[in-house]
Amino acid sequence: MRRVALGIYTLLIIVPLVVIVGGSFKTTADLFASPFGLPTRPTLDNYVTVLAKQDLLGVLGNSVLVVAVSVPVTLLLGSLTAYAVARLPRWPSRILFGIFALGLAVPAQAVMIPQYVQFDRLGLRNSLTGLMLINVVVTLPVAVFILAGFMRTLPAELFEAAEIDGAGPWAVFRRIVVPVSAPSLAATSIFLVVMHWNDLLYPLLFIDDPSKRTLPLALLDFQGEYLTEYPLLFTGVVVASLPMVLAYAFLQRHFVAGITAGAVKG
Amino acid sequence: MSRRTPRALYLFALPALALYGGFFLLPAVQGLQYATTDWDGFSPAFHHVGAANLTDVVSDDDLFRNALTNNLKFLLVVVLGQTALALLLAVLLAARSRGSTWLRAVFFLPTVLSSVSVAFIWKFVYDPNFGLANAVLGAVGLDRFQSAYLGDEDTAILWVAVAQIWFHAGQMMVIYIAGLHQIPEELYDAAKTDGAGRWQQFRHVTWPMVAPATALVVAYTTLQSFKAFDLILGLAGNPPRSSLDVLATRIYATFANSQLGYAAAESIVFMVAIAVVTFLQNRAARMVHK
Repeated sequence: MRRVALGIYTLLIIVPLVVIVGGSFKTTADLFASPFGLPTRPTLDNYVTVLAKQDLLGVLGNSVLVVAVSVPVTLLLGSLTAYAVARLPRWPSRILFGIFALGLAVPAQAVMIPQYVQFDRLGLRNSLTGLMLINVVVTLPVAVFILAGFMRTLPAELFEAAEIDGAGPWAVFRRIVVPVSAPSLAATSIFLVVMHWNDLLYPLLFIDDPSKRTLPLALLDFQGEYLTEYPLLFTGVVVASLPMVLAYAFLQRHFVAGITAGAVKG
Repeated sequence: MSRRTPRALYLFALPALALYGGFFLLPAVQGLQYATTDWDGFSPAFHHVGAANLTDVVSDDDLFRNALTNNLKFLLVVVLGQTALALLLAVLLAARSRGSTWLRAVFFLPTVLSSVSVAFIWKFVYDPNFGLANAVLGAVGLDRFQSAYLGDEDTAILWVAVAQIWFHAGQMMVIYIAGLHQIPEELYDAAKTDGAGRWQQFRHVTWPMVAPATALVVAYTTLQSFKAFDLILGLAGNPPRSSLDVLATRIYATFANSQLGYAAAESIVFMVAIAVVTFLQNRAARMVHK
């Protein structure tokens, strides 16, 4: 029984993924004729179309740039705040944490409209900078939550000993807090990378200029353009997902820890 | 907790507070203001309409009511289906062995994909003419179960729920496995000594002991179900047709239709709906686990 159940679910996960990857090397006719079969005449045309004509390479660059800025910034601001939460006296700590916890319960779709107005007025709409900023803002609560949860478990003597030796707060943070929090920082950064890489809502809301699109938005645009030309849709899926899947293959344990830490936020 | 806290720690929290306060809390409050106007989002002029938007959303808006109904159906199927599946997979894979470590990794894999990618995968699974689901059903002689899936107005939202479960069940499984590992082995030994079978062990040891994990999984799945915006746009296009419209996509469509004030009012009702559902779940959980 156990084997049968697990076997069926494994097929349910694997088969669609294999079909998608295989289909990205097929023509539409070939895919419809035999969706499960190997490509009879493998073609790279889909990749050429998608990467060159759709400029998915440029889009990929945008996604990399946004993540490369917004993740470290969130991590830095989040860990500074988490350290304050862990060390401030009871009430200031609770209030600070409570303010950020509020953001965990509010879905982005509930505040996106006033945010749109605000970013429009500040000229931050239709720019990658605006996208980086909003990523930092909406994921700060999760980052603070995960990191404060970890830093609260650190013994106060750890910091106090260094402070008695004359180290300032910044030195303590940099030389003690950051190194001992490395596992928690790693988990948080993976969570943030996945969130920022895959986000559709804010690019959809903020970006009009096709040259400033990120991957999920470009992929969504495919849908209107290619409708049922599945091989092209699949190729887009492969290009958008490959970086995350490869990273997952190598850092599997950290991914599971990070994404689960993000989920255990409520 | 230290008694002598350096004052500078307040400064550490300042940059994050400034950004979060300025770009999250402040707009959230402004949203309440917009909700009392008929502003279209770009004209300089608008009127204050008081609570008229809110009363319209609640009592006189078929589109909104349709989205709410769809969202609740979606929520119900995802919460029940995903929680049960995640627990089942966790129970089957809780033992530490090489095989189960490998399978856990496979089941978790969809979680790292983007919602739009998952949407495209399932768009093909559900394609009525060329899709995988009908192909498999045809191949094993179950033609009568073939369906139009997303094209079937009555059940479309349930098929999206299935895709959502495929997407996130592995993530919830991991939370359950962590919960299962907290259960002391002695409880099972004691149950076995009392002659409890496998189902009774599950019923009287596993299920009550994983209650904290269940609470977590249900709470997170609920929030996820209200946020299933990307998956629906990817499967149904933007804006989605009415059979696939949920609250988040409705708010976006209202906004895109230059009814900014009204969309802000919808956002408020959206928040209230989430709060009510969460409250009811907590009540239900207390009754179940009394």
